[in-house]
Amino acid sequence: MRIVKIVALVLLVCFVGIQFMPTELNQSDIVPKTDFLLVNNPPENISTLLQESCYDCHSNNTDYPWYNKIQPTAWFLENHIADGKEELNFNEWDAYSNRRKNSKLKSIISQVEDDEMPLSSYTLIHKDAKLSKSEKTLVIDYMKKLKGNLE
Amino acid sequence: MKKVRLTTTIMVMAFLSLTAMSCKDVKKEDVNDNTMHSEMNHDKMNASNDMMDSNSQNSDAQKVLADYMALKDALVETDKDKAAKAGNKLNNTLSEFDISNYTAEQQKELKDIITDAKEHAEHIGKSEMDHQREHFKTLSKDIMDMVAITGTENTLYQQFCPMYDGGSAWLSMNKDIKNPYYGSKMLKCGKVQKEIN
Repeated sequence: MRIVKIVALVLLVCFVGIQFMPTELNQSDIVPKTDFLLVNNPPENISTLLQESCYDCHSNNTDYPWYNKIQPTAWFLENHIADGKEELNFNEWDAYSNRRKNSKLKSIISQVEDDEMPLSSYTLIHKDAKLSKSEKTLVIDYMKKLKGNLE
Repeated sequence: MKKVRLTTTIMVMAFLSLTAMSCKDVKKEDVNDNTMHSEMNHDKMNASNDMMDSNSQNSDAQKVLADYMALKDALVETDKDKAAKAGNKLNNTLSEFDISNYTAEQQKELKDIITDAKEHAEHIGKSEMDHQREHFKTLSKDIMDMVAITGTENTLYQQFCPMYDGGSAWLSMNKDIKNPYYGSKMLKCGKVQKEIN
């Protein structure tokens, strides 16, 4: 019994301890001129879909959920966002060369088609971010059109 | 007595979590150190490249081609791990590509090509077979565009399979078709599109 108490206490202290560890928030008020939505000016419904389903991890500004206040989830999110931005940052779209835009569009299309993006761990809680079948088609067709214009 | 023990436990835990925190920082420093080392190595390599004859640039392109061919062969064999290894190697070789002797316009184009190709090579290094092949398609386009600028010492064959993803090309040193997009499933699917000298 005593051991259980000690273990519980240790866990509690650890949990409290890690709450003090710093995380860097991915937040910015500035939307750069290179932003995907500014440059391509897609129809309203597409903009909304991209902002809801992609921008949290693929831009410089995340709309954080409440559980980001708690460790270790905050780390988990921090890593995901860092990885996401490294792969693709919609805010920096126009800074990519045409060659890279083409590659990115190809990846966006195939990832959305295969239901790999948005991540299921993300849509589990962000129900709004999940793309319905018709929304998927909207996004894919739009990205294909952009890709066609590049070639 | 009980209280004392409790306080000690808490102190120990606090100490441990602090140590954990500092460990995290140390790890970061290590990473920084590593990047510094690799930069230094890079400098050294550049220096030794400069010492080599004027062919050294062309040999950078040759190295990229050699790695690309190794990757292509791994895909023909449908060997995921081998392809991943080849992808990582290609990524490194691309990082070391010295483009300084090309014209400004060529440099810009090469830079774009290398940035894009590196990303594909990196993904091939960590993906499943079907993704590796998807990236290989775009990578092949990059390498073909690179060869258009750098030229090649060996004769290359641009080959084309009309079935994969609406038609996909690749480069080979060999006239015979060995399809990297399907491997043994459809090894002979494709034809020579162009001979590049």
